[in-house]
Amino acid sequence: MNFKLTEEQELLRKTVRDFAENEIGPKAAEMDEKEDYDWSLWDKMADMGLTGIVFPEKYGGAEMDYVSYALAVEELARVDASSSVVIAAHTSLCSWPIYAFGNEEQKQRFLVPLAEGKKLGALGLTEPSAGSDAGAVKLTAVPDGNDYILNGTKTFITNGGKGDIYVVVVSTDKAKKHRGTAAFVVEKGTPGFTFGKKEHKLGIRASYTYELVFENCRVPKENMLASDGDGFKVAMATLDGGRISIAAQAVGIAQGAYEQALAYSKIREQFGRPISANQGIQWMLADMHTRVEASRLLTLHSAYLRDAGEPHTKESAMAKLYAAECSMWVTVKAVQIFGGYGYSREYPVERMMRDAKITEIYEGTSEVQRIVISNSILR
Amino acid sequence: MKIVALVKQTFDSEAKIALEGGKIGRQGISLIMNPYDEYAVEEALKLKEKHGGEVTVVTVGSDEATEAVRQALAMGADQGILVNPGTEDIDESTIATILAKAVSGLEYDLILGGFRAIDDGSAQVAGRVAEILNLPVVNMVTKLEADGGKAVATADIEGGSAVMEVTLPAVITAQKGLNEPRYPSMKGIMQAKKKPLKKIGLGDVSLDASQVAAKVKVLTYSLPPARAAGKIIPGEPAEAAAALAKALREEAKII
Amino acid sequence: MAKGILVFAEQRDGKIKKVTYELLSAGKKIASQLGEEVSAVLVGKGVSSLAGGLGEYGADKVYVIENDALENYTTDAYANVVADLVKQNEPTAFLLGCSITGRDLAAQVAQKLDTGLLTDCINVMVENGQIVFTRPIYAGKAIINAAIPEARPVMATIRPNVLPVDEPQAGKSAEVINVPANIGNVRTTVKDVIRQVSARPELTEADIIVSGGRGMKGPENFKLLEDLADVLGAAVGASRACVDAGWVPLSIQVGQTGKTVSPNLYIAAGISGAIQHLAGMSSSKVIVAVNKDSEANIFKSADFGVVGDLFEVLPVLTQEIKKLKA
Repeated sequence: MNFKLTEEQELLRKTVRDFAENEIGPKAAEMDEKEDYDWSLWDKMADMGLTGIVFPEKYGGAEMDYVSYALAVEELARVDASSSVVIAAHTSLCSWPIYAFGNEEQKQRFLVPLAEGKKLGALGLTEPSAGSDAGAVKLTAVPDGNDYILNGTKTFITNGGKGDIYVVVVSTDKAKKHRGTAAFVVEKGTPGFTFGKKEHKLGIRASYTYELVFENCRVPKENMLASDGDGFKVAMATLDGGRISIAAQAVGIAQGAYEQALAYSKIREQFGRPISANQGIQWMLADMHTRVEASRLLTLHSAYLRDAGEPHTKESAMAKLYAAECSMWVTVKAVQIFGGYGYSREYPVERMMRDAKITEIYEGTSEVQRIVISNSILR
Repeated sequence: MKIVALVKQTFDSEAKIALEGGKIGRQGISLIMNPYDEYAVEEALKLKEKHGGEVTVVTVGSDEATEAVRQALAMGADQGILVNPGTEDIDESTIATILAKAVSGLEYDLILGGFRAIDDGSAQVAGRVAEILNLPVVNMVTKLEADGGKAVATADIEGGSAVMEVTLPAVITAQKGLNEPRYPSMKGIMQAKKKPLKKIGLGDVSLDASQVAAKVKVLTYSLPPARAAGKIIPGEPAEAAAALAKALREEAKII
Repeated sequence: MAKGILVFAEQRDGKIKKVTYELLSAGKKIASQLGEEVSAVLVGKGVSSLAGGLGEYGADKVYVIENDALENYTTDAYANVVADLVKQNEPTAFLLGCSITGRDLAAQVAQKLDTGLLTDCINVMVENGQIVFTRPIYAGKAIINAAIPEARPVMATIRPNVLPVDEPQAGKSAEVINVPANIGNVRTTVKDVIRQVSARPELTEADIIVSGGRGMKGPENFKLLEDLADVLGAAVGASRACVDAGWVPLSIQVGQTGKTVSPNLYIAAGISGAIQHLAGMSSSKVIVAVNKDSEANIFKSADFGVVGDLFEVLPVLTQEIKKLKA
């Protein structure tokens, strides 16, 4: 048993923290306000190699482990949840399935520019009536010679609009349900592939969320990941890893809010003393700190299992469930500790509270996580 | 171009300082590379990228200082040397002596360092190293070009700046504004552990403890008295401003 | 036998810097306790006319080192001639101002003499026959008292504007001793000097500083500070935020990564009071804060605070002070 980070993990954490605080921090409130991301930050993250942390060097990555990746996502989220989801969606939801299921040619074509940050990636899974229920996708892909013709829409697509490369889960044979699905890589600019409306959201407002529209969009067969029939498998495996990064994001948001509240409680004076002198506040802070730490341990443990090649479906679901609910709880408390100022946009905890909510929803709601966990323990 | 960068590990600039047993406490303090030394490392890397060559990072410190050296290696430096003096009874003159000894065993065209450290802020180690190695020094440099046996540096001077030419090898110290240090890249972090980092002691640089005994003795450490919060002048802005002018004249008797 | 307190008489463009008088006053204080005398060393080209005046401020002797090669400060030339002088005279202590020049010179001379050096000191005293210096460390978050028990001379640089200047004794003259300059090998060539031309006093020497922070909102608004500075005869400073935003040059930044200042009055407008800023100005005698955020940290260090919009407060303050001064 060893809970100590390696020297590299420590340096990564410190580096990403410095970067987030210095480069992203000053922009976070404005990006949230404008509902727009400052993509010069993406270029900087690409320069640092944050766009391909877990992939082998030969594919343009840094060849680090999932623990490192989770630490990086946490540190980004601690300052700005939107930045963390840009990286997490890009890495876990687009680059990873190409790495895991793509052939060598696909990896060279798509994964290398993604990992190097020259291209931004997204996953097209959710539809108006299908999300975690990946077998129910309606977007159709019909073979036509060496191509498939795609028709349908995807909704709530993180990094949509801005993204260059999309992994899109389609139905090739409705009758076969989830065995009749496939996953394609579709590039921005492909004729017949356009973007619908941009979503206006409660939180992570700087990150782009778009509808993807496919109208007789012709995609060559060579863009299919794995085989026809594997779409559901690709989606499920992708979500397994994605959960770890969302758990890490939730930990980061909570950690950021906790630190803000802790610092504020020491300087805010009421009745002639700092509010941190009140037991009511002290206990809130103690609970916040404890829960954040518990979330982090669950998250890093699931990352460790993934690195060790052990099964981690249940563990990553538990990490995401607990960390997301903790994040919501902690950010609400942080706003409470700030009082009126917490409710105002002058301070970041209001944004953090809005940002936290999404972690209970995307890449499988907390309810879905409970299904995954209960299926696992009742099997 | 062979460049040596002198670095120091310091407390984080935001560290809360407390006394433990009459000395500066180290508990709960996060350690960083002295920011001015980061400028030096960055400049060394830029020169290497331009002219080729290699960058060696040298530090004096305990084993903890490994982190600072690793950071420099992750930024792109080629090798590191950490000299652990094995004693806390050291001051700037002896750190300079150790650094100079360690550097004298290397090939170099240029020695870069921060012009001061943010902890003791004494701004003398690099200058002393230059003197020991009989090299010219230019302090507080905000712009540097170095090539072919000479360097042209823009440095802060009293009331302005000066452009100075200096023959190489020389010691140049970095002032804020020289550059924007890069963040270590993820690949750099992974490569850093494979780069040579020599950890040595005083004996390895032919020194003994008596030769590095501190000349300066600290008698007492204390915390500065807290500045008492003064009074808030009430009223609408215009009203308060007028009252403030009056207070500065009549109460503080300062204008 | 080491004897006497030697002070580096810093001059620029034919004017003695104020810190020199501060050093002489401090030197006189400790010299009298040790039963020694105070001397000064004046280096430059055509500076001998300045030597006599140092007597009024307490110098018993003034060593003048003049040479054409000493017109502009170069580390090599100044360190060579000053170290030579110190070696010949063997003072107990050698004090310099902690200016850019003083700091640069002190390190070289200390190493040439193989002695200890305490920099950026804010006080000096004699305790049990030993000279003890007080200096802030960790950007002012801690203070040490330190001494150099054995190595001689004891060397220190003293932060400008902190120690008091005694009333000059009119008519008191110093013995002026001309010392030949052995310049030695100068390995740096000054190609160009860029002076910041300003009618205002220099930040580190100013009695009053008017400083702006992020709340200034843009470089165009520094006019408000300049107007106030002009009625007060003050220097203009800025917080790191303004420098990082590119509104003002680094040369006017006050704080941990900028200048350390100790004026009699420091007016902070739109500055939140981050610890890094406080590090550079908390030894100011009177601090005034103007900030619209009543929670701003700066108010904790301020002697007088106005909670309000600086765009409303500053113009009125300028007008009111103008009236008072009229």
